[in-house]
Amino acid sequence: MNTKNLEQSDPNFRRELAQLAGGDIISACLMCRTCTASCPITTSNDTFNPFRIIRLALLGLRKELLTSDFIWLCSNCYACQERCPQGVNIPKFMTICKNLAVKEGYAPAGTKAQMNVIKGEGRIYPIDEFDNKKRNKSGLPALPTSCEVVKSLFSEEKNSEVHP
Amino acid sequence: MRFALFLGCTIPARSRNYEISARRVAEKLGIEMVDVEEFVCCGFPLKDSDKWSYQLMAAYNLCLAQERNLDICTLCSSCASALTEVAHSLSKKGPERDKVNERLSKFGLKYKGGAKVRHFARILYEEIQPNEIKKTFQRDLSDLRVAIHYGCHYLKPSEIYDHFDDVDDPKSIETLLAMTGASIVHYSGEKRCCGGPLLPVDEKIALSVAKDKLDAVSDVGADALCLVCPFCSVMYDSNQKSIETEFSVKYQLPVLYLTQFLGLAMGYDKKELGLNMNVVKTEKLLKKYFE
Repeated sequence: MNTKNLEQSDPNFRRELAQLAGGDIISACLMCRTCTASCPITTSNDTFNPFRIIRLALLGLRKELLTSDFIWLCSNCYACQERCPQGVNIPKFMTICKNLAVKEGYAPAGTKAQMNVIKGEGRIYPIDEFDNKKRNKSGLPALPTSCEVVKSLFSEEKNSEVHP
Repeated sequence: MRFALFLGCTIPARSRNYEISARRVAEKLGIEMVDVEEFVCCGFPLKDSDKWSYQLMAAYNLCLAQERNLDICTLCSSCASALTEVAHSLSKKGPERDKVNERLSKFGLKYKGGAKVRHFARILYEEIQPNEIKKTFQRDLSDLRVAIHYGCHYLKPSEIYDHFDDVDDPKSIETLLAMTGASIVHYSGEKRCCGGPLLPVDEKIALSVAKDKLDAVSDVGADALCLVCPFCSVMYDSNQKSIETEFSVKYQLPVLYLTQFLGLAMGYDKKELGLNMNVVKTEKLLKKYFE
């Protein structure tokens, strides 16, 4: 059993979460573990456990939660949300945690890279002339090879790139 | 019936077989798909990093359809979920919508709550009478035993999808596929996720989640797997070989899109459905239809 040192606990974390849309609902958790029983990731690898993530948050273990690798293992499949008897919106809560982690510079490299590509090119897989040639061969219409709109859409962001 | 066809990122670059077959099926059923060149990524991949950017990108796309007085048809389940979720959260006037509209105003756009978003399979299920679909069929697929992978975002979260199908006992894809004559085989863990979103985070866990399902589908002796999302196809078709190597197993299980099965029943040829682009070869499975 993994023991938690509550001296690391940040009593304000619950209040911080409660101010974010969807962050207050975790206090309704009854500890029934239906989320964990429904989780396809836990089935394959028990390092990930949605119930444990909720407990870490309720215990105020802010840093441990935000720096952990396992918040990134949520596949956003909504199985837990559909079944939670208390209506805890776990995927929404996971999004809050991931967004906070990114803000504080703990995002995995792949996530950062994906964000920068989309904000620069408008797509995860930018289309080039070669793609359009293949599309043409299959009788599909050509698509734009660049996207100025996204640059303008995010130009007011102080920091449109995520830095480590 | 007209829709703005929302292709997203993965389909036009990596799953052209899905796009080709979906366009053929729509054509045969008299559904007009309007291409909107200006569409950008649905925003879904930004949700984990920054929900505001996700919302903004989805709303931009919704506005483009709204301007044209068109509803949106998506082929990708993640695009369906992102666009539907944002349309749902911005459906009422309020500060959330105002904030988004303030940014969109620089493009002369304003989201007013229009443009209903639906996945192509849902449109077929809800809008087209079964006899209208069946009368386009020229081939009987009753020799095929097919397992279905619904995936997650096609059905969930159910609250944003008007509960059009039952999350715990879905019937929409099965209803459409069964029209072709194919037998539907059920297996354990049918509603589980493909693991795709974990691919950039932890490849091994992602592949092991996908492996669980390939095991279950093989155990019941299905001839093929049917799906409706390009992400799921990346896991089960494109990565099937990697899973076989990583875990020393063998499946050689053909993975086809629902639109490829429907197109097959409609009498289209292999190339007309992009079947030559499926990674796991489909020749043996479909040999009798092309002799």
